[in-house]
Amino acid sequence: MKIAQFTDILKGDAQADSVVPSTGHSAWLTLFTAGAMTFLAVFALALSLASGRLANRWSDALANTATIRIAASGDQMEAQTLRVLDILKATPGVASSRALTDDEQKALLAPWFGPDLPLDQLPIPRLIELTEADPGYDAEGLRQRLVAEAPGASLDDHTRWRKPLAEAAQKLRLLGIVSIVLILGAMAAMITLAASAALEANAQIIKVLRLVGARDTYIARAFVRRFTLRALIGAAIGAAAAMTGIALLPSADAAGGFLTGLGFQGAGWILPLLLPPLAALIAFAATRRAAFSKLRTLT
Amino acid sequence: MIAFQNVAYGYGGAELLSDVSLRLAPGSFHFLTGPSGSGKSTFLKLCYAELLPTQGEVMLFDRDVRSLSRDDVALTRRRLGVVHQDCQFLDHLPIAANVALPMAVAGYPDQPQDLSDLLAWVGLGQHANVLPPSLSGGERQRAALARAVITAPDVILADEPTGNVDWEMSLRLLTLLVELNKMGKTILVATHDMNLIRSAKAQVATRVLRIRDRRIQLAGADL
Repeated sequence: MKIAQFTDILKGDAQADSVVPSTGHSAWLTLFTAGAMTFLAVFALALSLASGRLANRWSDALANTATIRIAASGDQMEAQTLRVLDILKATPGVASSRALTDDEQKALLAPWFGPDLPLDQLPIPRLIELTEADPGYDAEGLRQRLVAEAPGASLDDHTRWRKPLAEAAQKLRLLGIVSIVLILGAMAAMITLAASAALEANAQIIKVLRLVGARDTYIARAFVRRFTLRALIGAAIGAAAAMTGIALLPSADAAGGFLTGLGFQGAGWILPLLLPPLAALIAFAATRRAAFSKLRTLT
Repeated sequence: MIAFQNVAYGYGGAELLSDVSLRLAPGSFHFLTGPSGSGKSTFLKLCYAELLPTQGEVMLFDRDVRSLSRDDVALTRRRLGVVHQDCQFLDHLPIAANVALPMAVAGYPDQPQDLSDLLAWVGLGQHANVLPPSLSGGERQRAALARAVITAPDVILADEPTGNVDWEMSLRLLTLLVELNKMGKTILVATHDMNLIRSAKAQVATRVLRIRDRRIQLAGADL
């Protein structure tokens, strides 16, 4: 298949087109299929891109921070906290560190214990947040030093949280890509069926054309062009509708998280515009294959 | 032009034509007769490669039909004008476009200048913009003949071209075929109409072939 063939198809030949009647259910079927499938593909694309952004955000956010938890009796807590902060100041690769205030700790626990938690009366561990520099710190070395100098302190570098979250987001992105491939494959299959049905319905016309010396290329072109243009128009309508729907979604914010971040961002808006030409290309290839395959069965 | 060498053809094991050997020379005019179901249409289909022989060799313009690709068959048919018994058309296109169809598929984008003359000649001058389903059987046959001759093909194959037209129109169509023959075209007409054959014989040198017992023979005075 050459690009020139594809562009010739789009330019068209009014005379050759007229040999196939323009009516028939296959016209609407192709238009609807291309529109619906492209609509779904745009959403799958948005899902995939949003998942990718989410995976990066989670990875970046969790990768740059770590938490040290200090479990000690009341009189030892303050001393150990100061000791840990001193150790962190002296640790290469740690950009900053600070102990969470009582109010911050209350806010963290509020979802489970309510807002009026008597923090001072409970044996709640003290949390120290550290921010990693570039390059980062030696987590294993820091862990050993804490064991030696602040026995109640333990380092959580977020690995156990970060890994499954990032993996889940990556899988979601992959799922989006697989969905797009399946949607386009289903579109190719449906257009092939519609084209085959149209060829079958026009067997009489094909017979007459063959009788007067029409080559398969001439006959196929009339069908291929029609289906390619229908797919292009249907896909353009589907893409426009889906992009409008996505544009009308609430804008992304920290509270909304994943759902409000489903839209396209920046140059990402160009990607759904590529789907209608891709749908036309798929229709071109599918119809061409169906047409030549069908024509070979006719004398 | 067209040559058969020991050709046989059968449907579902039953042989319809057997051991057929003949040659349609350039510029010849042949009639093919025989009872209904004797294989006249089958013989014509073998002549334009819609059917392939089950035995023997059919040569079209010096090429074995079995060696022709699909494109070759299409290009060969452009040198043949075929009038079918059932006269099939593209029913969504007007008669003028149907008659000009062989020109269109051969790559001539515009309708020929003399299309209206040709339509008038076959008595369809007033029907240029009419759709085929609106035509009577006789009108369809005349339109099919016009379509078959529009490219001035080397060979014209006609299956009962006057089956549904009155005698006057039959003579006009015959005159058209005779004129084309005088221009050097090879003509083969399958017909039951003995009067048509006699009229043709009065105007041009013709040979009459008859299908009998699955074989093709020269008939009557031609024997």
